Amino acid sequence: MSHTDELYLGKTSYQVLGKRPVRHDGADKVTGKAVYAADVQLPNMAHGKIVRSPHAHARIKSIDVSEAVKIPGVFAVVTAADFPNLERRSEVMGEGGPVNLAHMAANCLAMGKVLYKGHPVAAVAAANVHLAEEAAAKIKVEYEVLPSVTWVLDAMKDDAPLLHEDLRTDSMGKKGDRPTNVALHLQFEKGNIAEGFQQADIVVEREFRTASVHQGYIEPHATVALWNEDNRLKIWASTQGAFNCRQQVAQLLQIPVSQCLVVPCEIGGGFGGKIAVYLEPVAALLSRKCGRPVKLVMQRNEVFEATGPTPGSFLRVKLGATKDGKLTAGEAWLAYDCGAFPGGVIAPGCMCVFSCYELPNARVDGFDVLDNKPKTQAYRAPGATQAAFACEQVIDELAEALGIDPLEFRLKNAASEGTRRFDGPVYPRVGLVECLHAAKHSYHWKSPLSGANRGRGIAAGFWFNIGLASSCSGSVNGDGVVTLVEGSTDIGGTRTSIAMQLAETLGIGAADVLPQVGDTDSVGFTFLTGGSRTTFATGLAAYKLGLDLQAQMQERAATIWECEPAAVEVKYGVYSRNGQSLTFKELAGKISELGLDPVVGRASVSPEGSTNAFGVHIADVEVDPETGKVTVLRYTAIQDAGKAVHPSYVEGQMQGGAVQGIGWALNEEYFFDRKDQMRNASFLDYRMPTCLDVPMIETIIVEVPNPSHPFGVRGVGETPIVAPPATIANAIHKATGVRMTVLPISPPALWKALSEKS
Amino acid sequence: MPVVFIPTPLRDITAGTAEVTVEGNTVRAVVDALEQRYPGIKTRLCRGDSLSPGLQVSIDHVMTTRGLRATVRPDSEVHFLPVIGGG
Amino acid sequence: MSKKVHVTTSVNHEPVEFLCEPRQSLLEVLRDTLRLTGAKEGCNNGNCGACTVIFNGVPVNSCLVLAVEAEGATVETVEGLADHGHLHPIQKCFLEGAALQCGVCTPGFLVAAKALLDHNPDPTEHDIRFGLANNLCRCTGYDKIVKAVQAAARELQSLAK
Repeated sequence: MSHTDELYLGKTSYQVLGKRPVRHDGADKVTGKAVYAADVQLPNMAHGKIVRSPHAHARIKSIDVSEAVKIPGVFAVVTAADFPNLERRSEVMGEGGPVNLAHMAANCLAMGKVLYKGHPVAAVAAANVHLAEEAAAKIKVEYEVLPSVTWVLDAMKDDAPLLHEDLRTDSMGKKGDRPTNVALHLQFEKGNIAEGFQQADIVVEREFRTASVHQGYIEPHATVALWNEDNRLKIWASTQGAFNCRQQVAQLLQIPVSQCLVVPCEIGGGFGGKIAVYLEPVAALLSRKCGRPVKLVMQRNEVFEATGPTPGSFLRVKLGATKDGKLTAGEAWLAYDCGAFPGGVIAPGCMCVFSCYELPNARVDGFDVLDNKPKTQAYRAPGATQAAFACEQVIDELAEALGIDPLEFRLKNAASEGTRRFDGPVYPRVGLVECLHAAKHSYHWKSPLSGANRGRGIAAGFWFNIGLASSCSGSVNGDGVVTLVEGSTDIGGTRTSIAMQLAETLGIGAADVLPQVGDTDSVGFTFLTGGSRTTFATGLAAYKLGLDLQAQMQERAATIWECEPAAVEVKYGVYSRNGQSLTFKELAGKISELGLDPVVGRASVSPEGSTNAFGVHIADVEVDPETGKVTVLRYTAIQDAGKAVHPSYVEGQMQGGAVQGIGWALNEEYFFDRKDQMRNASFLDYRMPTCLDVPMIETIIVEVPNPSHPFGVRGVGETPIVAPPATIANAIHKATGVRMTVLPISPPALWKALSEKS
Repeated sequence: MPVVFIPTPLRDITAGTAEVTVEGNTVRAVVDALEQRYPGIKTRLCRGDSLSPGLQVSIDHVMTTRGLRATVRPDSEVHFLPVIGGG
Repeated sequence: MSKKVHVTTSVNHEPVEFLCEPRQSLLEVLRDTLRLTGAKEGCNNGNCGACTVIFNGVPVNSCLVLAVEAEGATVETVEGLADHGHLHPIQKCFLEGAALQCGVCTPGFLVAAKALLDHNPDPTEHDIRFGLANNLCRCTGYDKIVKAVQAAARELQSLAK
């Protein structure tokens, strides 16, 4: 049994949660006043430009900046030589494992070698961006071009071009003895798969491939850095975590963390791609060299070519089941690329592949493989989408072969409380079964679908939620409004959902809490916004802050009524004793009027573990056999949110993730030419869904409370991207009889498969 | 006594044993007890005086950030898993 | 660097003058010279719509318009939507419908939606999706954006009565 704190209060009705207040930052966002990093303008500000490698793999022979620095209006040029020596230093930055600082610095400015087209080599700061571009063009870099590789299986071959000569395969602390591109080999085994497959009446084994895809946030990376005359470095950043940004910059520049202040600007999308720093250390180095603030903004092609996509992958999945549809064994072999430096997302991929099901026997092998692409980053639920694309299609094939309805097959095998995952731990209370039942009773599932070339698909998806540290503080104003400072950068409306949790705790309205996202000087350490942690963990901090403020309000009331604090009752924000009572607002007014100690509170949490979020998606598609084009006719996303604090934001996460997944399924891919250069680094040819490409996305929120949060909140942000490609592929199979095992299922690919079938 | 689930890549050190019962009221104590029985396993799980940076511990099915300092109860289940992040 | 050009134009119904280099886009001048940072740069080559402004009554990608072309033209940006502190119905409907998450594409959508509804006050769902197909959003999946524009259309029509 779990011994995590059982915090769930078990409330059945709420005053604030579940409502849909307008977000507190709304007016600024719809009037163009909200400040994103590229909007920041400072006096004497210089503009930077990065010089990038035109080759996918090459040794840097020389860098000649002499022509560039002569240009009037050019203030500074930096290369990797401007970083301190970081050889063999690695730091734990929090989630995702250890980070090799030398690698991180080399990804910001290449050291010795360039490892992907677009790899930064030098940077220049000048009076305006056009001048910076002119100067950048004058920087001469001599390369010795090397052979390159961009397909994960090719990179694993013995004769593959090697990216890092000193890399050896790590197998849980045991190092291989040969130079390789395989950074990591993971293994998981449960039970006895040989016996398990023997018990099966039917076994299906399939291979799958997926292309690299990008998070596709509309705001390119941008930063302004100011190395001030008092030696303090101030950074305005588009980041998912001000403290994570600060830690990375401080480590890369080898300065104490407190010397660096990071101001998180409004952020125009992240999805996991704005966690690693790219521009901030470079802008800082430029600023220190030229004594001016420096703004660095990426162009869209730079975002594609030089910031982390999610892995391209090869997966082999095998599942066995009895004739009445009970799974007996599963085996998976997963190779995910990680791009130019080790540290990809193979671990969560492995840990998710079978996580929706009761599987008594399983074996999973996973490989983290380097290749000449930008270093991969998280894209919503990192690694899980690729794994689900494979597993959910094999599940579908088994169901079809056995003549069992695909939803019923999943219900028969669904993980639930007490199921032991194949990687070891046992699930606490989780909501997959509830999601499947919701799917079964949904209008979508019950509506008939007819017409030629049409089909309906269903798939399940799983993702973890992480915990980690969050802090916040608040003060009660004389008019009863509470100002809240919290540390979670707001990508999707979390400042409001966190404010709502504080309001609920205090028994006041959401409009009576004014949230702001603090910078690293003004709020306690808060881990990044990602990992589906924010509404859960920072919400938990807000709840504890509420308890702190409430206790102080009780003490003030006790002072006013000349009694012990314990004698003051508090219910729904009303403080009372012996027939006297004051609302929160009235009490706040009295505290101010009488000059009592101001009520200022704080909380910090670091919840362990956290929880899990399951989702089920249903899609109806129509395939045009003449062109291979797939039209999504209807789409429903179902997900367990524990407790939907602000239902519109939960729906928004589900809809946004679903549409990203639809793009991943049908069109998006990094297209490399024979020189391993990305040829579609623009929104024209890297084809993300427009509003004309998708229907309304229906949503069904299931609420199975999370025992480790007072209001039962589960994180919701990432799970929605896991199921869509599998859902669409299963629907295409129903529509055409063709099983598409390669992503994207773009029109030429589907047309070809249909032609070969007929 | 706590039960430790041996990660698959380390089962060559435990001669294939997948679940081991050892004494210990912290993860550190449990790891030391494992090392007594299966020499060489500690260097696979730890780096210096901490848990290996690529690993995290699950105690009674809850991931903990406390690493070797985490408390282990007499009836606990302990798993060593790769660190995962989110996006 | 060429000599700067003097441009006289109208921005949000007010006369405006600025100096610019011939190579500067209207987007760059709006943001860096006029400090109207509502229009955003998402791609700088006309494929995302985050820089949408209404130019002589027509929605355009301002990254594809040279600033010098603004001479004698009218330009409307997101900053001109609200009226003396009162949000335009489109802005209100976006907020009430939670039709934004990160908000960076929102100014472009608001301006494009205004242009759409000015031209077609009673659009079908398909009209709206077609009319906004030039504006990319990565956060919302478009569902709530389309519903907000439908709500705005209804509200504008009832106000017109």
